[in-house]
Amino acid sequence: MTIPEIQKKIEDGLPGCKVEILDPYRDGVHIKAVVTFAGFTGKGLIEQHRMVYATLKDELKEEIHALALETRSE
Amino acid sequence: MEQELKDKIESLIKSENVFLFMKGTPEMPQCGFSAGVVTTLKQLGIPFGSFNVLSDMKIREGIKEYTNWPTIPQLYIKGEFVGGHDITIQMAQSGELTKKAG
Repeated sequence: MTIPEIQKKIEDGLPGCKVEILDPYRDGVHIKAVVTFAGFTGKGLIEQHRMVYATLKDELKEEIHALALETRSE
Repeated sequence: MEQELKDKIESLIKSENVFLFMKGTPEMPQCGFSAGVVTTLKQLGIPFGSFNVLSDMKIREGIKEYTNWPTIPQLYIKGEFVGGHDITIQMAQSGELTKKAG
């Protein structure tokens, strides 16, 4: 799965969110997603991460090994 | 989920004040995120128990279902799910983790 595909999956799942994908080791595998979404407001961190994970439900089972996540509500 | 598996997971979670499901052992983590959580807990001087999910496929899959959380490591404090790697690091930086574990 490519970085743009991951980005699209998250964007489709959380309409209106902003997704920035970082590839700190430049290996395309250990990536980090910074997701800004108004819908996170009032939710705890666990719930915010679960919402992002839900958009990548199938991918997380196999393809994505290392996805670091940072969520922001604004 | 089988009751037996659920019981086993719950008894692990409750076996220590702070408990970590991880890949590998604290001495030899087998994944960068597991290593990150171990390092953070050690730096903060928080004692913890751990379970190597790579040693038990049933627990490895079961814990994801039990918590509705798709990845490992998973940290529990006082029987409550705290989060994975990123949340743990964030809480460590804000001082919340030490407070919660105390």
